[in-house]
Amino acid sequence: MSLIVTLYICAIVSLQNIDKWFDGTLVLSDITFQVKEGETLCLIGPSGSGKSTILKLINGLLKPDSGKVEVFGKNVATSDDVELRRKIGFVLQQPALFPHYTVKQNIEIVPKLLGWNDNKCAARTLELLDLMGLNSGRMEERYPSQLSGGQQQRIGIARALAADPALILFDEPFSALDSITRADLQDEVLRLKEKLRKTTVFVTHDIREAFKLGDVVVILDEGRIIQMGAPEEIKANPSSAFVERFIDRDNE
Amino acid sequence: MFFLLGASLGAQDVAIGSKLFSESRLLGEIMAQAIESQTDLTVERRFGLGGSLIAFEALKSGSVDIYPEYTGTISEAILKESGVDYEDELNDLGILAGESFGFNNSYILITAETAGLSAISDLKNRGDLRFGFSNEFVKRGDGFAALNQAYGLNLPEPKGMNHGLAYRALAEGQIDVTDAYSTDGKLQEFGFQHLEDDQNFFPEYLAIPLIRNKLAQEHPEILGILSQIKIDGSKMRELNYLVEVMGSPIEKVAYDFLLEEGLVSKGSKPSFRHPIISQTIEHLQLTILATLIAILIAVPLGIYISFKPRFANVVLASTGVIQTVPSLALLGFMIPLFGIGFTPAIIALLLYALLPIVRNTYTGLQSTDPILIEAGRALGMTNWQILRMVRLPLAASFIMAGIRTALTINIGTATLAAFIGAGGLGESIITGINLNDNSIILQGAIPAALLALLADWGMAALAKKLEPRG
Repeated sequence: MSLIVTLYICAIVSLQNIDKWFDGTLVLSDITFQVKEGETLCLIGPSGSGKSTILKLINGLLKPDSGKVEVFGKNVATSDDVELRRKIGFVLQQPALFPHYTVKQNIEIVPKLLGWNDNKCAARTLELLDLMGLNSGRMEERYPSQLSGGQQQRIGIARALAADPALILFDEPFSALDSITRADLQDEVLRLKEKLRKTTVFVTHDIREAFKLGDVVVILDEGRIIQMGAPEEIKANPSSAFVERFIDRDNE
Repeated sequence: MFFLLGASLGAQDVAIGSKLFSESRLLGEIMAQAIESQTDLTVERRFGLGGSLIAFEALKSGSVDIYPEYTGTISEAILKESGVDYEDELNDLGILAGESFGFNNSYILITAETAGLSAISDLKNRGDLRFGFSNEFVKRGDGFAALNQAYGLNLPEPKGMNHGLAYRALAEGQIDVTDAYSTDGKLQEFGFQHLEDDQNFFPEYLAIPLIRNKLAQEHPEILGILSQIKIDGSKMRELNYLVEVMGSPIEKVAYDFLLEEGLVSKGSKPSFRHPIISQTIEHLQLTILATLIAILIAVPLGIYISFKPRFANVVLASTGVIQTVPSLALLGFMIPLFGIGFTPAIIALLLYALLPIVRNTYTGLQSTDPILIEAGRALGMTNWQILRMVRLPLAASFIMAGIRTALTINIGTATLAAFIGAGGLGESIITGINLNDNSIILQGAIPAALLALLADWGMAALAKKLEPRG
């Protein structure tokens, strides 16, 4: 009993029996999981399995039809969406950097929204560029169109980290990149994970990526959780033929 | 902006109007300077009203208090009851017919001095003479045919020709007789013989000031001042010559005349501006103010309909309908609602400017990449912050293009504003058309075209500067 209580206290994100409907179709059914502080949880499944929908439930972009989403111990349904989102880093599928902002301006969006002063913002930007290995060639003054796809996504990650959020969400961040750049960025995320120990929810459709990055992997299909556990557990005991087929891709 | 507004809204004691052509303006300016010099009243000039009916309507409605008119025009064109005592008719409308300025600007016939003719009846049975009448005079019902009949001249139907060419042809001896307006300034260049209208065929077109009774009662001294202004036919011709042929500013010609007559005190000399400069300033005031107000209305409207798409079609369709109303008709609709002058012209122009700006604002905002809006939301921006930080900056080039279109359209359309007395470069164009003088038309058309090009170029440069980089 005391162990369960501890788990709940440490859970940064908690989904309890979530159902979500879109236009008469059940897209998420009875989803329950927790993400503990400092843990990286990978959500994986084929397209349409509902993984991006889960991210949007966590940052309040969508509301569940039944069940409860708690982030930082508070019910998302009753908390201020805007305030909540400023505490959550979000890395989008495409980097979605603002084309009319420089790298510096893009990174400083959330700190500015939170009212940080210019000096603090500037120092943080340099720190993040350093962290992302982008501290050369006056990077902060460039515009997104002057960057490669990989550089853009690094800036996307820096932007998500800017206000030092306690939770970071990744929505298939590397799906549009070539395999070499993708591998680079996966290593980067792994390095950040070791260094920063941020609580992370990472959505991907690439099982290798999920096994590489996740402390916990949640496999989804058609809006249901098929299997959930540490990568080794899943590899050792795939719960169904579906999971086996999924894992097999790892060995292709 | 406040300067522009102030220029149009300043309260004036007396508003003096005139029609488009230079003689009417000159008379207006002469009256204005005489009143300014001899009283403490302030005078507003609303010159260049686009025709007798508009000028008369402006007087009736009180948009102007005084304007110069011709007795023949009053009875024939305005009241449409020739032969009736027009003074009573006018009185019923609250308008006082002032004393004649002392000249009659009617049709006359002219010949070379060497032709040995002195009166129209001398033309009887003179089919041997070469007649070069203006197209208008040949076609008018009260023109050549009526003259031929009234005098029993027994002349064959002549061919019409261009008025400007007729003088030259007469001077060079290629024709013997032509028609003219008696105070036409161009006559001054030539020593033509004026044939006396010995049977009083041509109706009198005596120049008189029309004055609102209300003004005459409030400031009776004005009647006295106006009655001192006396100009005979040859003097009027000379003054017209100075303005139309020599290109002297109307203000200067009026001042010099009044000084000579002792009707202004020396030193009250008004500042003279070349008409192109003052017209260009008026033109810029009209177009810039109309476009600025249009921006203030259209950009928020475009933003609003981007949030409420069900209103978008209604708003875009109704601004589109306004755009299809012909410019002259739209300006015409403004007269009963807002009178004449600057205000109705501004309103008409800003209505035209709405569609391009609303449409481009809406299109620009709609075209924001949805992923960027999602990104903004995910980062914790409010809807307002997404609009201000993402959607508007990215739509800026669309909005600027809309403003650019609106401004360019307005510079063109504003040339028509002269018809309702709003001034601008259209005055020269319309005057030139009236006088059949291409050089005057070009004095308005060239600066207007240059302004349009300059505005287009300037807006393009500005848009480039504002365009988000990257």
